[in-house]
Amino acid sequence: MTEAKTYTPGQHPNLPPPPNMVGSMAWLRDNLFSSWTNGALTFLSAALLIFIVPPVLDWAFLNATFSGESRDACAAATGACWAVITARFDQFVYGLYPSEATWRINIAFVGLLIAVTPWLAPRVPFKKAFVIFSLAYPLLALWLLAGGLGLEPVYTGRWGGFMLTLVIGVTGIVASLPLGIMLALGRQSDLPIVHTLSVTFIEVVRGVPLIMFLFMASNMLNLFLPQGVTFDLLMRALIAVTLFSAAYLAEVVRGGLQAIPKGQLEAAQAMGLNYWQAMAYIILPQALRTVIPGIVNSFIALFKDTSLVAIIGLFDLLNMAKAIVTDVTWQGLSIEVYVFSAFIYWIVCFGMSRYSIWLEGRLGGGIEGTR
Amino acid sequence: MATTTATGISRIWRDARWRGRAFQALVALAVALLLYGIVSNTITNLNALGVSTGFDFLGQPAGFDISFSLISYTPTDTHFRVLLVGMSNTLLVAALGIPAAMFLGLVMGILRLSGNWLVVRLAATYIEIVRNIPVLLQIFFWQSLVFLLPTVRNSISIGDMAYLNKRALTLPELQFEPGMWIVALVVVISTVIAVGMARWRKRAQERNGAPAPFGLVGPLALIALPLIAVFATGVPWTYDFPELGRFNVTGGVQIPDTLVALWLGLVIYTGAFIAEVVRAGIQSVTKGQREAAGALGLTRNQTMSLVILPQALRVIIPPTTSQFLNLTKNSSLAVFVGYPDIVAVFAGTSLNQTGQALEIIMISMLFYLAVSLSISILMNWYNRATALVGR
Repeated sequence: MTEAKTYTPGQHPNLPPPPNMVGSMAWLRDNLFSSWTNGALTFLSAALLIFIVPPVLDWAFLNATFSGESRDACAAATGACWAVITARFDQFVYGLYPSEATWRINIAFVGLLIAVTPWLAPRVPFKKAFVIFSLAYPLLALWLLAGGLGLEPVYTGRWGGFMLTLVIGVTGIVASLPLGIMLALGRQSDLPIVHTLSVTFIEVVRGVPLIMFLFMASNMLNLFLPQGVTFDLLMRALIAVTLFSAAYLAEVVRGGLQAIPKGQLEAAQAMGLNYWQAMAYIILPQALRTVIPGIVNSFIALFKDTSLVAIIGLFDLLNMAKAIVTDVTWQGLSIEVYVFSAFIYWIVCFGMSRYSIWLEGRLGGGIEGTR
Repeated sequence: MATTTATGISRIWRDARWRGRAFQALVALAVALLLYGIVSNTITNLNALGVSTGFDFLGQPAGFDISFSLISYTPTDTHFRVLLVGMSNTLLVAALGIPAAMFLGLVMGILRLSGNWLVVRLAATYIEIVRNIPVLLQIFFWQSLVFLLPTVRNSISIGDMAYLNKRALTLPELQFEPGMWIVALVVVISTVIAVGMARWRKRAQERNGAPAPFGLVGPLALIALPLIAVFATGVPWTYDFPELGRFNVTGGVQIPDTLVALWLGLVIYTGAFIAEVVRAGIQSVTKGQREAAGALGLTRNQTMSLVILPQALRVIIPPTTSQFLNLTKNSSLAVFVGYPDIVAVFAGTSLNQTGQALEIIMISMLFYLAVSLSISILMNWYNRATALVGR
């Protein structure tokens, strides 16, 4: 019955690929066992996963205790004692803020989300209203958190937990960006005095750890100020973190400024724009766009660095966690407390880095021609 | 010139140079006023507090003990000695941390590009978890794991040679005999021979186009000569093995657990950043380079060492330098775990005892600036050595 079929050239039907080049076996060979070393690596990694993952899952979920009033509630189980998190959740979030006033923090937090929307989302309806709100937001937040004008005042010494971390992080980010841009412009400036001052500030700050600045803020700032004038502890931390972060941002922005071809500035000058106009309308929009990843990285670093304010006695999220670890009712649960705090920091920082990757993709390669 | 008709003042105002000078004068004036205010306030405040400035306190006895020190130290020593102890302890963390972080970062960065589905994902998980958590929190985490270690009496014994407990990791101590000088000298000589041979072979190959002979002489000299020297001098070292007593471990080198926790935290954290730098560096070498090397008949290893890595290094070195600097600066987190670095003992305890905030903070900042500068200079020199040479 079988008769050889003849095809005219170009009419032959497409044949399926050889069986060993498609399907799961081919995938396995290409991705896991492409060579002897790769196969060995695969087995090693699989062994590592089997060794680590089940015990961790066991500890974190299967044998864990999720609620209770003290350490004894967890005595029966061998796994993690998450009861300490649920019991002390308010302290993790609000610190020692009076519990009858925590609604103010909640409102301020919702306000923060609204205030950042117009800056983060590419297109929002009623953008003008959003921007006006976000410009007014700092005052609103200050009023809500610190009190006064009808609200019960809350001394900053009682601020703490994640809320304090957010306050330092967000204030630092908002304040250090303009400062960093000014320093970068100063460093790139032709004016020798401005240039030297900027370089000195940037290099000194970048050569010294943040802890030294926090030490300075707590030990020396009061010496620098006129007698009788003292700064609140939180204020000192904010100044130190902002100045520190601005120096790093300045270097990131400088990278962007250097990437702009000289012709851009010359064209701006030919159009009759003065220095500030040229910077604001021509150079900076392009320069900042090319260094968005670097800027966000600096913000992430700043957010992580807020954990160092513990050294001057502020109870941010990490210091609060440390205080809970030493609590007698919950002794010996340091791992649980640290894992939970790490999770919070991780969500915020990872979120920022994902956002920057998304934005980078959306804005394209930045300057025309360097794509 | 349109401005020639303008009056004197507006001519100056319209001249960019004069505007620049005026702006600079204003900035200089503002900074000078700020500095003047700070200095005069500081003097007034110090007078009011009755604190005398100066560096005399450096010669006074410190009066407190330090838990770990590379150089000999007793509480009767001066604050200057405290500064030396702090500096050496900080440098120790940097010296132990930088090579380890570089190694971890290199391995993880290469694994991340290995093409093995499982390995790539594991490496990426490590990097993404570790990079997004504050290093201080990680150090606390390692420290709390260290607290779970057994007490001194129940120390974990590693082959009866090293002991691990809540307090310290005790390792056998190498004690050198005078013959070690000869061995060290031989090591130097054999290194010179090996390097000289390698250079000569490279030049010969560039001249003749064929691999030069005597390829084994260099490596052989590097291994055999020191070995001969060691046996000729009768193995010039002994081990001081630690012994587990009832209440403590005696002998050996004690590495405090605070140092172990700090080191682990810094290395794992910085390693993740270096891994990303390495990955970006290798990816920056275009695919055509790899293909061209293959077309020339280079093997996989030759392609990596002769084509990819030399080009990738140029991209990798500058950001790696700043990671080394970050590790060194982050070693100041020692103050949180109780490892006696310069911030903990000098800017901490000494400052509290003497009250000389101005001088102590200034000295500590100068120390960090000097360290940062030295690392930068060293790495810049290395960067120039690997930079593209125009032919």
